[in-house]
This record gives sequence, structure tokens and C-alpha cells, in this order.
Amino acid sequence: MICSLRGVTRVYPGESAVHALGPIDLELAPGEFFAVVGPSGCGKSTLLDVMAGLAPASAGQISFEGKPVNGEVPDGVGVVFQEDASFPWLTVYDNIAFGLRRAGAAEAEVAAQVGYAIEFMGLKEFARAYPAQLSGGMRQRVCIARTLVLKPRLILLDEPFGALDQQTRLLMGDELLRLWRETGATVLLITHALDEATMLADRVGVMSARPGRFLDIIATGWPRERDSTIVANESFGRMTSRIWKLLRGESLRAMGHG
Amino acid sequence: MKVLLARTLLIVGAVALLEILCRLGVIPNFTVIPPSAMAQSLWKILASGKFSEDIAATLTNVGIAIAAAMVVGVALGTLLQSWPAARRTFDPLFATYYAVPMYAFYPLLLVIFGLGDFPQIAIGFLLAVMAVIINTLNGLDRVPPVLLKTARVHRLGLVSAALRVRLPYAAPYVFTGFKLAVAYSFIGVVGAEFITSSRGIGYEISFAYNNFDNPVMYAMILFILLLVISVNMSLHAWEKRLLARRRRA
Repeated sequence: MICSLRGVTRVYPGESAVHALGPIDLELAPGEFFAVVGPSGCGKSTLLDVMAGLAPASAGQISFEGKPVNGEVPDGVGVVFQEDASFPWLTVYDNIAFGLRRAGAAEAEVAAQVGYAIEFMGLKEFARAYPAQLSGGMRQRVCIARTLVLKPRLILLDEPFGALDQQTRLLMGDELLRLWRETGATVLLITHALDEATMLADRVGVMSARPGRFLDIIATGWPRERDSTIVANESFGRMTSRIWKLLRGESLRAMGHG
Repeated sequence: MKVLLARTLLIVGAVALLEILCRLGVIPNFTVIPPSAMAQSLWKILASGKFSEDIAATLTNVGIAIAAAMVVGVALGTLLQSWPAARRTFDPLFATYYAVPMYAFYPLLLVIFGLGDFPQIAIGFLLAVMAVIINTLNGLDRVPPVLLKTARVHRLGLVSAALRVRLPYAAPYVFTGFKLAVAYSFIGVVGAEFITSSRGIGYEISFAYNNFDNPVMYAMILFILLLVISVNMSLHAWEKRLLARRRRA
């Protein structure tokens, strides 16, 4: 297993402590695409922060490639956030090169890697542009490219397409599947969109209302070679409906109607 | 374009009015000389190189005061932003700092640094540094949390995150601090040269004033005006370019 969580919880301390997450048990296989869905405020982003080492777990153990994760982002883990995390003072090229330069890569290697990523993400015409000159979707592609050039073995994505329209999200989903196949990395995607989770993932983890736990983990059974046309598949609707059945009550509970 | 034209007309009109009033004797030449005479006198002074040493001394001292204010101000601003307890402690000082008349400390600075350039530089520095600290804090407060997380994902340490992410993001605000530091340093250094100095633009203006030498006095005042306006306009243009890169299309 590339990443494993055992009995992981997260409690925000304070006068009125908030139990945000867990206990969570999860094992991710190398090269797997795992999606997490759940009602608003169930602790999906907290799960990602804890897995990335951006927030400490209050209890339980997290390991990445057999080594415990505690308070520091392990080497080999890349994270893409929902919010625009592009650096506004750098061009697209320099944004993508940021991590490589930080790692001390030679400029020739930087040029080769960044050139490939720019091409791969369809940003060739915008290499010298600043993020302010790009659309929201393109800025998100810059952030994905900045993560990809570092060749992470585990990519954590926190609702990366949350701010995009439906069509762009479907197309970005195709791109994500393409780069997942090409890189062979393990992907964990946090999303609020059930169809996105069903379309993209090998397995979908359905979380309860806060404190978030996995109610069920559903294997989609899709072939590795797939794209957004899978939404027309007969079993796609059945699977999405099954996830919604699990989630409906939890979403109502999260809204205070349960 | 219309605004630029109106602004130019306003300045030209004011200068022309002053010229007419001086030439007609409404304003006696003993009080103010005509702007054309100021310009002529300035041209002669610059061509003769008579005050080159004074101009160089003032510009060097202003430059040192700005550089010191930037280094110390950015460093302290960054440190205080990362250390909330210290920031809370110093907050009342920030609020009242500019209520303190810095020139009141001039005798103390003379005792500490002696005669020479240091007291002038110190006054310029003291006036400029707080503007840099406040603007650095202001900029750093606005760094989006997602960029701080991104810095952690790239495993940047405290110093590295400050240099590679936090300060670059805050750059437009730090730049505002720099603009103010330039203005305050000029005010501090030139003002201090009036009090006890044996060289510099402020000293020459004061010397000319005491000797009723209006052509030299007004020429040097004109020089300092033109210098500060040019520097500020260049900085403003630079700032516009910097901000244009960040403005969403």
C-alpha cells in the first residue's frame, strides 16, 4: 500500500472542541484513483490536510510508503487545492518551474520538464503570461502542472474543479484521467460532485456528516482506459444513484434536517 | 488624457501667475524671485558644479537611509507578522510613532553619533522605517492561506517561505512602503541638514537664506522639488507596471 490510515481522527482543540473527522481507516493501492464524496462540512478537506501532513491527526496513524506522516509534507506527495494557488508574481513557466528550481534541478532539466508539462496541459501559448491573464480553469491547470513536474507518487486534489462550469469540469476530468494514466501516480480526489467522483475513480469513499467517517467504499469497476463518455454508460447512473442514496440522509443531517 | 492636460495646464498656469506677479512687483523679489530666474540660477549652479559635493552628500545620505529602512523595516515587519505576541506588544507604538517629532531627538543623535552625516541619516531612517514596517505587515497579512499551504507542500522553511512566497506576494505593499521611505528619507535628511550640518542641500538652502541669497536659495529649493517629483513619478510608473501583472484580466 502506498498510503494507509488507521483510526485517524482530527479534533480541533479549544473551549468547544470540534470533532471534525474520523475515525478513518483507508488503504490506497499504488496507481489507484480514489475519490471522496460527502456532505458539506463533513471533514473532506480535513482528511486531505491530515493525509498531506498539513495538519496533525489527533489520534491514529498515517503512513506514506511505509513511513509515518507527522506534521510535514512527505517527499513524493503533491497537493492541488480548490482555491487558486498560482503565484501571481511569476509567469506560467516560472510557476511550473518553482518546485523544480527549489529542488535544485539544472536549468536544462527545468526547461525540458516544464516544456513538457506546458505542452501536456495545453498552456503552450501562455508560457510567458501571468496568472492574472488566464481564466480560472487555466490557472488551475498551472497548479496541476506545478505539482506534476515534481513527479509525485501520491497526488491529493481538493475539489480542484470546484469553481469551474460543468463542461469545463468534464474536460478537465478527461485531462486528469490522461495524466493519471501517464504518470502512474496514485490519486486521491476530494469532490462534492457525485458524477465527477463516479466518472473518475476506481473506488469512491462516501463520507458521513461530521465527524466524517466512511459509510461505504464503492468500487466502480471502470477500465483504466476511460474518459468522460463513460457518463453515458448504463451502470454510471446506477452507481451515482447508489452513492446518492447513501449520501442523502447524511446531507440532510449536515443541513440540520436529520 | 484630459486629466493630464488639466494637470499640466494647472501647473503651467500657477508658474505663469507667479512669474507675472514677481515681474510686476506684486510679490517683491526680496521675498520670491520669478520662476524663470530660479531656473536660470539653478542652471548656472549645476553647470558650475559649485554644489556638486553637497548634492552628492545629500543623495548618498538619503540612499543610505532608504536602504537601511528597507532592510530593517522588511526584516522587522516579517518577524512581527510571524510573532503575534510581539506584534500585539508593539501595536501602540505603531499607532503613535508619527506623533513623535523626530527632530526633537536631534541633540541626542548628535551626542550618540557626533557631528557628521550619521545624525542626518538616522533622522531619515527613523522617519522612513515605520512606513516600511507597517506596509510590510499590511502586505503579509493579505497572503492567502492557500499560498502558505503551497509553501508547506513545497517544504519551504520559515525563511525560505518568507523570501520565496510571502514577501513576493506582499511586494506591492512593500513597494508602497518603499515609496514612502523615499519621501520620508528626503524629508528627514534634508530637514536635519538645516539644523547642524556643514554640507548638503538643506545646509546650502539654510546658508543662502541666512545670507539673503534668494537666487541660490530658490534654485536649490527648485532642485529638490524637481528631484523628488522625478523620483516619485518613476516609482509610480514602476508600481503601475508591477500591479498590471497582477490585475485580473
